[in-house]
Amino acid sequence: MIDIVHEYWRAYLFTDGYSITGAAMTLWLLIVSLSIGFVLAVPLAVARASDNPCLRGPVWLYTYVFRGVPLYVQLLIIYSGIYNLEFVRSSELLGPFFREGINCAILAFALCTCAYTTEIFAGAIRSIPHGQVEAARACGMSAFTLYRRIVIPQALRLALPVYSNEVVLMLHATTLAFTVTVPDILKVARDVNSATYASFEAFSIAAVIYAVIAFTLISLFRVAERRLLAFTRA
Amino acid sequence: MFLDGYGSLMLGGTWTTIKLGLLSMAVALIIGLIGASAKLSRSRPLRAIATAYTTLIRSVPDLVLMLLLFYSLQILLNRLTDWMSVEQIDIDPFAAGIATLSFIYGAYFTETFRAAFLAVPRGQMEAAVAHGMGAWLAFRRILFPQMMRFALPGIANNWQVLIKATALVSIIGLNDLLQATQDAGKASMQFFYFSVICAFIYLAITTISNGALILMERRYSIGFRRG
Amino acid sequence: MTIDRNTATDDRPIAVNVTNLHKHYGQLEVLKGVSLCARKGDVVSMIGSSGSGKSTFLRCINFLEMPSGGSIAVAGEQVKLEQKRGQTKPVDRRQLERVRTRLGMVFQGFNLWQHMTVLENLIEAPVHVLGVGKAEATERAEALLNRVGLYNKRGQYPAFLSGGQQQRVAIARALCMEPEVMLFDEPTSALDPELVSEVLKVIRSLAEEGRTMILVTHEMKFAREVSSHVIYLYKGVVEEEGNPQQVFGSPSSERCRQFVSAKGSAERV
Repeated sequence: MIDIVHEYWRAYLFTDGYSITGAAMTLWLLIVSLSIGFVLAVPLAVARASDNPCLRGPVWLYTYVFRGVPLYVQLLIIYSGIYNLEFVRSSELLGPFFREGINCAILAFALCTCAYTTEIFAGAIRSIPHGQVEAARACGMSAFTLYRRIVIPQALRLALPVYSNEVVLMLHATTLAFTVTVPDILKVARDVNSATYASFEAFSIAAVIYAVIAFTLISLFRVAERRLLAFTRA
Repeated sequence: MFLDGYGSLMLGGTWTTIKLGLLSMAVALIIGLIGASAKLSRSRPLRAIATAYTTLIRSVPDLVLMLLLFYSLQILLNRLTDWMSVEQIDIDPFAAGIATLSFIYGAYFTETFRAAFLAVPRGQMEAAVAHGMGAWLAFRRILFPQMMRFALPGIANNWQVLIKATALVSIIGLNDLLQATQDAGKASMQFFYFSVICAFIYLAITTISNGALILMERRYSIGFRRG
Repeated sequence: MTIDRNTATDDRPIAVNVTNLHKHYGQLEVLKGVSLCARKGDVVSMIGSSGSGKSTFLRCINFLEMPSGGSIAVAGEQVKLEQKRGQTKPVDRRQLERVRTRLGMVFQGFNLWQHMTVLENLIEAPVHVLGVGKAEATERAEALLNRVGLYNKRGQYPAFLSGGQQQRVAIARALCMEPEVMLFDEPTSALDPELVSEVLKVIRSLAEEGRTMILVTHEMKFAREVSSHVIYLYKGVVEEEGNPQQVFGSPSSERCRQFVSAKGSAERV
């Protein structure tokens, strides 16, 4: 165990000497896909919670499909499926993009977390008491101001506990990246496993690193909840 | 046909996926009931073990656990067969899939059942005991059916996650739905087409489960006012 | 002056005999040696302010709370208890369960089983605990539902009934076990005022047909009318007891007098 840690700790945490690997890569995947997913999810959630079926319907379809299909399948569609289409491979713009595993991984993760986040935020928007909306309207707020100043800030805070759960699940989901050759923590563990045949040690180290990241995330969210959800405590 | 002769391959894969999902679910439900009982028990060591179990599962990714269990169990088994000087036994990916999936989802069911047991009002069991029921009878006739109502949404949610997680078992070599479509894609060089079909089959499975769930919820919400 | 009810002239069999019951939670002593003897046909009411221990006493009789000391006998059968690691436990679970079937319990919060219809609530314990045939239990249950005026609700689920209706079902459910003694734990305290009388009416009819009952209640007027014996509990001790005229009319304890008159005037309002 100590030999493996001694030899591979750099690879597990940040680099194998050539590129970024391990925990650094996992965190990069997580942060980029969560950010993209978050930014897209806010407007989509407003549409999903709206009364207009033309807005609500398409968003529903998107979240239904992306939440109903395994992320691994989505990743394979993007990585091996789309790249195998003739017009994509020959395109100057799309070809190089889809050739890189990391691009495909981030795209798949972002689309997936965006679908879940949209539903989480939409649920939070619906849970805001209608009286507050009426009060804002009575003050003469426009629809845009109403959402920007009253609805969305509250919804995001109310969604925090559920969203923290989504973030941890997304951390778990990034492990799929190794299947498209991205050198994340699990990829390093697999390489160590095939180099040393010390399976238990190789994967246990990975498990511990993931657990540490998960606990750190959870405690960060706890702090955020205490600050941002102070208003819900009587 | 539109599956180019790969229909039976994919049908077999779909069946494997469903079988894997259902069997893992059954075992996970049992683990969940045991885990919840441990968490609610008066024994401190039992509670500690159950808490360690659920914390471990929630913080370590399922894929890491799956590979950890699969490879380590194989190596343990190899050592055992070497020691007994018999031929090497390879772990069957299907059995390994059931073992790991049910171990992982057992933890989620533990939390689901624990919350559901706590949601049943105390008075329900008091009335049972006051009418002379023994512990097992009261559990079977009063506590369990009422607990199920509170547990059902959680169970349904876990099932949806579990059936999707079965796709991971192809990574340790199971010929499931995903593997079948990848094989078909490789042979026909139509990766996109077959992957999308794979996605649609999963979508169909989740949609049908959704429908089944609504029926079950109706059955178990008997006697409860809605809204 | 107290009347000794256990005189040799009274040859009715003893239904419940509780002697010197103690109960404490950690340091807190809730019952400090309370005794009660109910003969067949007696209606014993327990009154006292909240925290006096009267509900705990009742719950001890069928061992929903384990007494810390003292003894309880139901129809001459004493439940054997033992001390294990500072906790009281029954020696024989089976015996305890058997004794409980002879005591019909009615709770403050009804505690009807939510996932069963009214009729299913009634036949559940007779069928699965006593082993009565389903047809026989149903017949018995329907007669009881008729009696409490809820026959037409037999297929309904509890959540769709009013509080008063639920409590009447709960009484019928307890009666369906054909118990020797009925225990009522503040049966009307959780009810809206306008629903109290329908439940009291049922309890009164049970008293009139000569059922043995132990009743914890805040309804002073009712207790005075139906009881054969009244016990006033204060901080876990019997402060006053006797027949209703005595306890309500001329109590020897000053505390009891104050309690009764305050309650009485509150009820008149």
